[in-house]
Amino acid sequence: MDYALIIVIEMLRAISWLVLLASGLAIIFGMMRVINFAHGEFLMLGGYITIMSHNAGVNLWIAMLILAPLCVGVFGVLVERFIIRFLYGRILDSLLATWGLSLLMVGGVTLLFGNTVQGVSTPLGGVSVGEYQLPVYNFVLIGFAALLMLSIWAVLKFTKAGLIARATMQNPDMAETLGIRTTWVYMATFGIGSAVTGLAGGLLAPLTGVVPSMGVNFVGQSFITVITGGASMIAGTLSASTLLGSISQGMTFLTGPVYGDAALLLTALILLRVLPQGITGRIFKKSL
Amino acid sequence: MTKLNRRGFLLASGAAAATLSAPSILRAAGDTIKVGGLHDLSGPLDATGIPMNEIFKLAIDEINATGGLLGKEVEAVIYDPQSNMSLYSQYATQMALKDQVAVVQGGITSASRETIRPIFHRYKTLYFYNTLYEGGVCDRNEITLGTTPAQTVEQLIPHAMNLWGKKVYTIAADYNYGHITAAWVKRYVEANGGEVVETEFFPLDVTQFGSTISKIQAAKPDLILSALVGTAHLGFYRQWTASGMKGEIPIASTTLAAGGTDAVILTPDEGNGILTSYGYYTSIDNPTNAAFKAKVKEAYPENTPILSELAEVTWEGVMIWADAVRTAETLERDALLEVMESGKSYDMPAGMVSIDPKTHHAVRDVYIAELQDQEFVIKESFPQVQPKDTQMVCNLEETPDANVHHEISL
Repeated sequence: MDYALIIVIEMLRAISWLVLLASGLAIIFGMMRVINFAHGEFLMLGGYITIMSHNAGVNLWIAMLILAPLCVGVFGVLVERFIIRFLYGRILDSLLATWGLSLLMVGGVTLLFGNTVQGVSTPLGGVSVGEYQLPVYNFVLIGFAALLMLSIWAVLKFTKAGLIARATMQNPDMAETLGIRTTWVYMATFGIGSAVTGLAGGLLAPLTGVVPSMGVNFVGQSFITVITGGASMIAGTLSASTLLGSISQGMTFLTGPVYGDAALLLTALILLRVLPQGITGRIFKKSL
Repeated sequence: MTKLNRRGFLLASGAAAATLSAPSILRAAGDTIKVGGLHDLSGPLDATGIPMNEIFKLAIDEINATGGLLGKEVEAVIYDPQSNMSLYSQYATQMALKDQVAVVQGGITSASRETIRPIFHRYKTLYFYNTLYEGGVCDRNEITLGTTPAQTVEQLIPHAMNLWGKKVYTIAADYNYGHITAAWVKRYVEANGGEVVETEFFPLDVTQFGSTISKIQAAKPDLILSALVGTAHLGFYRQWTASGMKGEIPIASTTLAAGGTDAVILTPDEGNGILTSYGYYTSIDNPTNAAFKAKVKEAYPENTPILSELAEVTWEGVMIWADAVRTAETLERDALLEVMESGKSYDMPAGMVSIDPKTHHAVRDVYIAELQDQEFVIKESFPQVQPKDTQMVCNLEETPDANVHHEISL
């Protein structure tokens, strides 16, 4: 009984994890059709900012929840201004440019901060569920994933900025004729997407070893989630994360991590064969 | 004063340019002895490769400071293969053919070693591999100085089982090192009257260990044996501590901080109490090690390289080669191999080291140490441990032309 509860919590945690990893990428990809190959390095940057500022004496929560998204967001705006904006509509070129950027970031961070920095422990300690112990931090991850989805939904649905963003997403030419400066919308979107990625990187820092080359460990999962989800930001990310997270985590419990990984890939493969536009290309088509 | 006309100037500068652009050909028989260093200085393995390279350079400087070899200065030829296998093969070929180095020290992962080892074998360029690895290389051209699982796991398992109990849960990285080590763990646990309740393998990019941590709690082992590899897997120790299990079930590891950096990346809370077993720790108490540490500190007063088995064994590699050159008074590969095969013992920071003539692997002291506040405290030491795993599959005295990496299956 306790074990079943643990499995459910772990599945929720796995789903939240994919939501956090993929949201930033989904915002940028869903909105702008730009594939940011440096996504993993944006996560790494968020992680580095968190541990560097924490080691310098900043409160962990401030470092993780405020500094990391802020700095990575600003960095994202700069990247958009100096690189991405020249490459709109040129998917392959932007792929190449962001891949180059990722190499540059790995080299740059190694040079500036070094590759051996003491990390931070996971805060909040453990909690008992029956006979089992869990990190309380699991619930922080689940909470933030839910909060993130909810706030993106609320912004898109109820605010003027959200309306402008949706208009630009649906029909950029028409939006422009109505007086919306779409280049600014794109810049802001890239910045917000980067900030969300920075937040994910911050939340990730106390869970794993933060080193300059860590990005590659996450970029695959993020892309698979976004592509499987399809164009709709929220419905896509949520449905893909739920499906992939629960299947891979279920398999991990049943057999072990090797088959868990394989199950995730296999599911994504089958889904894309059946629904080449992603889940939201066919189902939940009109959703955000 | 000679008058410089245009033709004379062109001739002179042309000759100078030719010397600069084709140094290998002109200098091959020249005034220096070239020694190749091939370590990853960038890419995912740089945290391991950079300290090895720094110790490599230090060893070369040390030889030159004591008069060089055969009356010549020793020159380090260093390339950065960037954690990339195609660059490894390219640079290895370049070292063997273009630079014509006398010996090569390097290679970190088994993949990189198996890329370059056949190249050096073919061109008869003497090669030293200085990393702990899964065992099984059989090649007379290679001297392998790092520890193998039979050397370390054999000591670590009974030590940990005596302390903690007989039920072992193994977690290991999902590639040949992890699988071979897990097999050795099972063998030694059973030989000591214990039981491996579960063995789980993890692809190298796994960062989330929640399900495993729950499974371990369900299995209730007396101890965990970890052969996890890489920084992604450090997440296990972090999440284990976060779940509050740190004090409940102890951990021994064949891999943690093998390159030295993990000990720094993990906080004391997460690392304290984990048992490891390697061929070298900075805390080894002997005069050679004290002098070695002082030298390293003096050469690199800032950003002092982290001294792990890998870095210290790189020092051994250069020094053992230099000793052979001094003894044989030649750079000839076969003469050097004969000196090293003679069973000579070398006084190294890690203790006495000799080379097993049958396998060309090191017979060396092995230690067990516990991580305390990011430093290793030595608990037990075992003198002159044989590389039994490789000895099972390799006998270079019978098959001197062997050129193979055996997968040791138990």
